[in-house]
Amino acid sequence: MTPAIRTRELTKDFPVGFWRPRPYRALDRLSIEVAPGDVFGFLGPNGAGKTTTLKLLMQLVFPTSGDAEILGRPVGDVGIRRRIGYLPENPYFYDHLTAEELLGYYARLFRMAPVERRQRVTAVLDRLGIGAERRLQLRKFSKGMLQRVGLAQALLNEPEVIVLDEPMSGLDPLGRRDVRALILELRDQGRTVFFSSHILSDAEALCSQVAILAKGRLAAAGRLSDLQEFAVHGWELVVSGVPPHVLDRVRSRVRSVTAITGDRYAIDLPADARPEQWLAELAAAGATLVALNPIRETLEDLFVRRVSEMGDGGRPATATRVPRRGPGPGSAA
Amino acid sequence: MNAARSVAIAVFKESVRDRIFYNLVLFAVLLVGASILMGQLTAGQDVKIIKDLGLTATSVFGLFISIFVGINLVSKEVERRSVYPLFAKPIRRSEFIIGKYAGLLLTLMVNVVVMTVALYTVLFFLSRGVSPNVQRAWDAPPIDPALLKAIGLIYVDLALVTAVAVLFSTYSSPMLSAVFTFGLYVVGQFNEDLRRLDQIVGGPAAGIVGKACYYLLPDFARFDIKLAVVHGIPVSAGYMLWTTAYAAAYVAALLLGACVIFSRRDFK
Repeated sequence: MTPAIRTRELTKDFPVGFWRPRPYRALDRLSIEVAPGDVFGFLGPNGAGKTTTLKLLMQLVFPTSGDAEILGRPVGDVGIRRRIGYLPENPYFYDHLTAEELLGYYARLFRMAPVERRQRVTAVLDRLGIGAERRLQLRKFSKGMLQRVGLAQALLNEPEVIVLDEPMSGLDPLGRRDVRALILELRDQGRTVFFSSHILSDAEALCSQVAILAKGRLAAAGRLSDLQEFAVHGWELVVSGVPPHVLDRVRSRVRSVTAITGDRYAIDLPADARPEQWLAELAAAGATLVALNPIRETLEDLFVRRVSEMGDGGRPATATRVPRRGPGPGSAA
Repeated sequence: MNAARSVAIAVFKESVRDRIFYNLVLFAVLLVGASILMGQLTAGQDVKIIKDLGLTATSVFGLFISIFVGINLVSKEVERRSVYPLFAKPIRRSEFIIGKYAGLLLTLMVNVVVMTVALYTVLFFLSRGVSPNVQRAWDAPPIDPALLKAIGLIYVDLALVTAVAVLFSTYSSPMLSAVFTFGLYVVGQFNEDLRRLDQIVGGPAAGIVGKACYYLLPDFARFDIKLAVVHGIPVSAGYMLWTTAYAAAYVAALLLGACVIFSRRDFK
């Protein structure tokens, strides 16, 4: 199956300095594949090269070396843009136009007939919840509303592949929830969504695949479940009413005991501990169970760890490829 | 070219909303005010002055629009990053450049046409009541069709200035683009002197540099036939055609350069 997006050894250098410009490598040999229908999270801290990658996919910048394809066609092919949608980071639109006029302008570039144009513009504005403001000049729009306009223009042509640069940026919690719902809706329609974000909870909630970029290099990629290493790293046992002498005895056998409030304590057990035995022992001493939580690595932990593993020099210490679980396509190359 | 047409229409609409055409009000006030003041002068002189003033104002107002709108046409879009969502659509960068240029030409066309109508209207009222016998003694008739030749070349001149502004706008800041465009326009007014630079300055090196500049830079002075038209000196159709073709060749070269530069540009 043709990948929705594929990059091969994609590299971008920018010249830095005025008199004697030196190359600054913003992206270093990035090779990824995104399968059709996937929601792919492109993660990384600021300056990691996420936006550069997206700009390379949209041909807003040109690669120093390597190449990229969307739906099996080179990104330089203007025709392929009929099948893609793109939301830039902090988008700016012509503020003298109304939302309806702006989308009408873009719709003409897709050669939509007048009737179809009106229908599509109305449909996407309504879908993004700004239908009532369609005749308002964009200069009067809030940042969150502009982000919705940006999403509307990205969906105008009913694209097969949607590339979103920080789609949650500038949105309030309600807006973020709406965008999450929209991305899932697009996924259910069989569209491919490739979005960059540094908000990890968004990726956790939405992505079937992720790639983590740090210092212009791919630090990790693959299915979220593989990357998160769902194996339990320990247990958090929250109890109350533990007698002090029992607590002293427990302290020496666990990783830590933290007082939460009053007589309530959080006991951090190692991964190989048997929580049911601890529960029985503590219950026998008069303690009451409040909660028992398995400790797993979150995407945030993984993100921090992988970025720190990158170091200053060469390739990441851990493999950049994470084995796929199951037969699904679209793992990192 | 459908995409270029959409861009051109957008540029024209933006010009309307940015109140570019307010300059027409100033133009009308200038012409009407001048015609009232000129009423004190000898009949015939006032018509000449109004013609001269009308043509000069058409040229100067157009020049301001060409330079100050032209330099922002592309650079503003890049600076504000409105090109990002645009170039994710099926449009080539060259189509964007051609569309921007065509849009501003359309704006200038409307501007020049309205100014022409205003000039002929004022001339009509000025000449009213003057007997045909008196009018025959003038260098040129008041409602002179030859004015259209001068206006036509003013428009060609503006088209060339706009192409220069668009070229600079593709890679330079608006401020520098304005300086470069205006500088080139001024140098282009003295193009004939560049050809004779060795006679003016002396030395073979000056001659070579002067001649190189003469052939490279557009000769803007050749579009100015205001004086000839106002004084009733005939301007041949051949001159009109040759001068228009000369401008068209420069415009094509400038736009080609703009398209090549812009098509290779990174938007960081």
